Amino acid sequence: MEYFIQQLINGISVGSIYALIALGYTMVYGIIKLINFAHGDVFMVGSFIGLYSAKYLANAGLPPIVVLLLSLIISMTISALLGISIERLAYKPLRKSTRIAALITAIGVSFLLEYTGVLILGPQAKGFPDIMDKKQYHLFGSSIQVESNQIMILLTTIILMLVLQYIVRYTKTGKAMRAVSFDVEAARLMGINVDRTISATFAIGSALAAAAGVIFGMTYNSVDPLMGVMPGLKAFVAAVLGGIGSIPGALVGGLLLGTVETEISSLGFSSWRDGVAFAVLILILIFKPSGLFGKNVREKV
Amino acid sequence: MKKINKKFWLGILIALAFYGIVKVLLTTGVLSDVNQSMLLLIGVNIMLAVSLNLITGITGQFSIGHAGFMSVGAYTSAILTLDYNVPFIPAILAGGLLAAVFGVLIGMPTLRLNGDYLAIATLGFGEIIRIIMLNTEYVGGASGLSGIPAKTTWTMLFFFTLISVVLINNFIRSTHGRACIAIRENEIAAEAMGINTTRYKIIAFTIGALFAGMAGGLSAHTFYVITPGSFNFLKSFEIIVMVVLGGLGSTAGSIVGAVFVTLLYTYLREFPEWRMIIYSIVLILMMIFRPSGLLGVSKFSFFKFSKKEAKANDAIESSGTP
Repeated sequence: MEYFIQQLINGISVGSIYALIALGYTMVYGIIKLINFAHGDVFMVGSFIGLYSAKYLANAGLPPIVVLLLSLIISMTISALLGISIERLAYKPLRKSTRIAALITAIGVSFLLEYTGVLILGPQAKGFPDIMDKKQYHLFGSSIQVESNQIMILLTTIILMLVLQYIVRYTKTGKAMRAVSFDVEAARLMGINVDRTISATFAIGSALAAAAGVIFGMTYNSVDPLMGVMPGLKAFVAAVLGGIGSIPGALVGGLLLGTVETEISSLGFSSWRDGVAFAVLILILIFKPSGLFGKNVREKV
Repeated sequence: MKKINKKFWLGILIALAFYGIVKVLLTTGVLSDVNQSMLLLIGVNIMLAVSLNLITGITGQFSIGHAGFMSVGAYTSAILTLDYNVPFIPAILAGGLLAAVFGVLIGMPTLRLNGDYLAIATLGFGEIIRIIMLNTEYVGGASGLSGIPAKTTWTMLFFFTLISVVLINNFIRSTHGRACIAIRENEIAAEAMGINTTRYKIIAFTIGALFAGMAGGLSAHTFYVITPGSFNFLKSFEIIVMVVLGGLGSTAGSIVGAVFVTLLYTYLREFPEWRMIIYSIVLILMMIFRPSGLLGVSKFSFFKFSKKEAKANDAIESSGTP
């Protein structure tokens, strides 16, 4: 039982990374119905920006907590700008064309980010600096261990989720986002600047992915230019699992996927982990095609 | 009808002439080994693109799992020739048939999904097939199978490619093909007209898987080695890129797309660091400036004998959006 709970805790910390990336997928899909395959690579870029800013700031002799917060903020800001420019340059010209053309463009952007990364940084994995000292705590005097890193990851995720929830619920941009995702044309008629809203969506999604990238780097201590591919795909699975277009769905989907994966690995089937993730996805799709939290949209005749 | 027949035989004649010229060039040694392996790769990719075009371009079902079917065919035929000494042609056919069986099995549950959900489910299935291969010791696990006899020759490949293109193209022009086009254009309307949409979707999916499996077998017998990693979702994307770049829904377009992507890939190999970057920029620019693909709805000009017929052809292979 304790072993199980231990794995659950590990699963939640992996899952919160998936959840943060999945939010970007879900928000973009909710608004422009595009599977943004480049999102996993924004996560990678965010991770590298985090790495270099953390190194630089740590050398400047700042205290660890400031280094962490500053590198998170720097990485999130630059990635948000990256997200906006990707949308402006690559996706905006395709607003009116077929979805498959937009999808191919997304794949193109994904390759572009990955191999520009390989060109500039080299294909080898790079070590991520230890920003915070890792401490281990025992839960309620039992043998269940919680690392300080894991607590911090969960805290960061929860804070970012609350901020996101606030933005989407109460700010003007958030209301515009919900309106655009409900009906683009009607939103435009009501005087909402659709282009700006879409940019804002990309900015927020990319910033969250960047935060996930920094957290990922701190957890696994190794980052490389192709690292966005698998987590990106998994996060996408998580978004579909929770019901694509739904923000709480992305959170639940991410945590669920992370937990299932860690439990599978802990049972000794780690090489089957990815397979199980996809099998879960297909089962969900077959029995509940709109995901756990998705709305059932009836097709108009 | 006569005109279509005449055109059909002319097309075959031109293809055979092409075959003969290349054969002569190969035997006289004008074309190097590098060129030969590129030709083989082009043929395999044409089979893959044309078969995916049947699923995505004609029937309008967006599938990102084509590499999965390819790997089933590749592994099956490789094991048959390696371990059981089965002759080459039956081994390739067996690979294709097993892939077709997988096509039915995967198609039955997933084809009820539509649009992006189908795409995701097929992507998942493709990855599951890859992970099963990765974890099966019998097929070599992560290191894959090696020492596969290189039995794919230019003659073999040419006739497999020709036959698959002709068969798929004839299917598209048949009653069944028109039913598939009707499904692409409007599934609900097609169903209301009495077309059994599920049946036709599964038929298209199965035929696509059959030829993808044979293409996999041929590629396995070209390059000695197959690993699970070479059949991941990036490979599926590559096939989609060929189909979309050529022009969705057009067989001629798929062929052009396959040739274009293969040549691009091969010639960019000289700039390894820049290869994928140039490739991705070409992709993005193509989609922004010519989203309907290289050929779009048009067809090879020498097929257009009369205006009336050209119109009829365009109607069949019109640009649809899946």
